[in-house]
Amino acid sequence: MVDGRLDLVARHRFRRDRQGRFRVGIEGPERQLLAILPRQVQELLEHDDPSTARVFPVAYTDDPRAEADYREMMGTQLLHQHQRSLDTLAATSGAATLDEGEIHEWLDALEVLRLVLGTQLDVSEDRNTVDDTDPRSAQFTVYHYLSMLQEEIVDALASALPEGGTAPTGAGRGDAP
Amino acid sequence: MTGPGSRSGPGPGPAAAPVEADRPTDDTDLRPDRPWLVIVWNDPINLMSYVTYVFQKLFGYSKEKASRLMLDVHHKGRAVVTSGPRERAELDVYRLHEHGLWATMEQTS
Repeated sequence: MVDGRLDLVARHRFRRDRQGRFRVGIEGPERQLLAILPRQVQELLEHDDPSTARVFPVAYTDDPRAEADYREMMGTQLLHQHQRSLDTLAATSGAATLDEGEIHEWLDALEVLRLVLGTQLDVSEDRNTVDDTDPRSAQFTVYHYLSMLQEEIVDALASALPEGGTAPTGAGRGDAP
Repeated sequence: MTGPGSRSGPGPGPAAAPVEADRPTDDTDLRPDRPWLVIVWNDPINLMSYVTYVFQKLFGYSKEKASRLMLDVHHKGRAVVTSGPRERAELDVYRLHEHGLWATMEQTS
């Protein structure tokens, strides 16, 4: 994992207003980027591009039959959910405010964009930047911009979660150790 | 905001519970109740704050517990985040996959 807060100074681009909507403080060129990127990744998803592999993790690593069943049962639903989120991001990239559902879809779409772009750039925890002269320099800049946006949405949403959690200790549900 | 099995807001669609009925994974092992562990693995893309948020949102964990699990994943490479019957574990894995986390499940031996 990486600490997104180290990338750039937070500017609180997402602020919850009194009506419970989120004000989006993003500039025009950035909004254009958020309109274009989802469509590019949609195409990669449609063509099952190798760079989308990380969007569909393996559930059963040592049981191919169970994994095939899981994939058949859940794969399409997972794909459709991410497609909806990417559509929402592109469609609302110019919006002044987002409702609660839309901002959750932005968070999901940014996750998908980062998974695909991060896979294309082959980022690692130790290496997620390149020299300015590297041909991938612009892509890394986009990647870090998306990371920062995701970090700021998490900040905006996490503040609404109960600090102490809500987990019941019901029977039949084992807790993490 | 959410407890296990519930979702917050009108976000991405409801997760159908994956059902795996009547199929033992090991024909020779009839012990019914060996729990399944849901494991999250470290990866170089996900943000630490995001992973903590997902653990809080999906499992209703406190911020402290979610952060501790996130750091376990980060430093040890993996952490068990929930455990339980197979269907429950598979649903948790699916919900983690919905959020882009690298989750797998395995039965305790």
